[in-house]
Amino acid sequence: MHLHPRSILLVFAGGALGTSVRYLLSLAVPPVGGVPLITLLLNVTGAFVLGWLLQSLALRGPDEGVRRDLRLFAGTGILGGYTTYSSLAVDTDGLIAAQSVGLSILYAVATIAIGAAASVAGIALASTIARRRAERGRR
Amino acid sequence: MTALLVLAVAAAGGVGAVARLVLDGLLRARVRIAYPLGTTVINVTGSFLLGLVTGLALAHGLPAEWRAVLGTGFLGGYTTFSTASYETVRLAQQRRYRAAFVNGVGMLVLALAAAGLGLWLGELG
Repeated sequence: MHLHPRSILLVFAGGALGTSVRYLLSLAVPPVGGVPLITLLLNVTGAFVLGWLLQSLALRGPDEGVRRDLRLFAGTGILGGYTTYSSLAVDTDGLIAAQSVGLSILYAVATIAIGAAASVAGIALASTIARRRAERGRR
Repeated sequence: MTALLVLAVAAAGGVGAVARLVLDGLLRARVRIAYPLGTTVINVTGSFLLGLVTGLALAHGLPAEWRAVLGTGFLGGYTTFSTASYETVRLAQQRRYRAAFVNGVGMLVLALAAAGLGLWLGELG
């Protein structure tokens, strides 16, 4: 169980930070034709950065100490708060209710598909960086 | 938008993220299966609750500030897209394609249904 006060504090602080960035950006960028493009952008960039972060941490060693703190603060906290699934679901239902069924399917499926591609790219980037570093170390 | 509202949304987001941490940890400890069940449960329940909050705001005049704090703040912090996407990709990389499909498309369908139910109940009042 992750009920240590330290874990809770790290996740709370990160979650508050990520949520406020999402809130301010979603206020600044209104939906385009009913489609919340900012939510798509936040979810996709968050998926990319989380893929990079978790793979980087895993390649550096076991999930303990500073690595664990970083995962909880930046991964579970910041990126968990920065991305959102509930808005994806409710906004997609809103598009269906507004008779834009095709657009709603496009929005939801594009988020899932581009998000998965972003996760793959983030993981691959971390692996590439780690490999280059190892090669430099051998020379 | 006031600075106080931004702070309230941020704090609610922090509480939502902690709720996700605690519920995910509880499920991991209690339900021992090789599937990231926690994220699905969190995202589907969060989608239902955001539907409810949105329905109440649309049909029964739940104030915009409350919608921001409970919806954008707490439920936005509670649910997560980045972890869901990461876990889908990890399952696919382990060649567990059926589990990856359920985690990607199944979660989306369940969340859409849950959000729809929440919206309907919220507008019903």
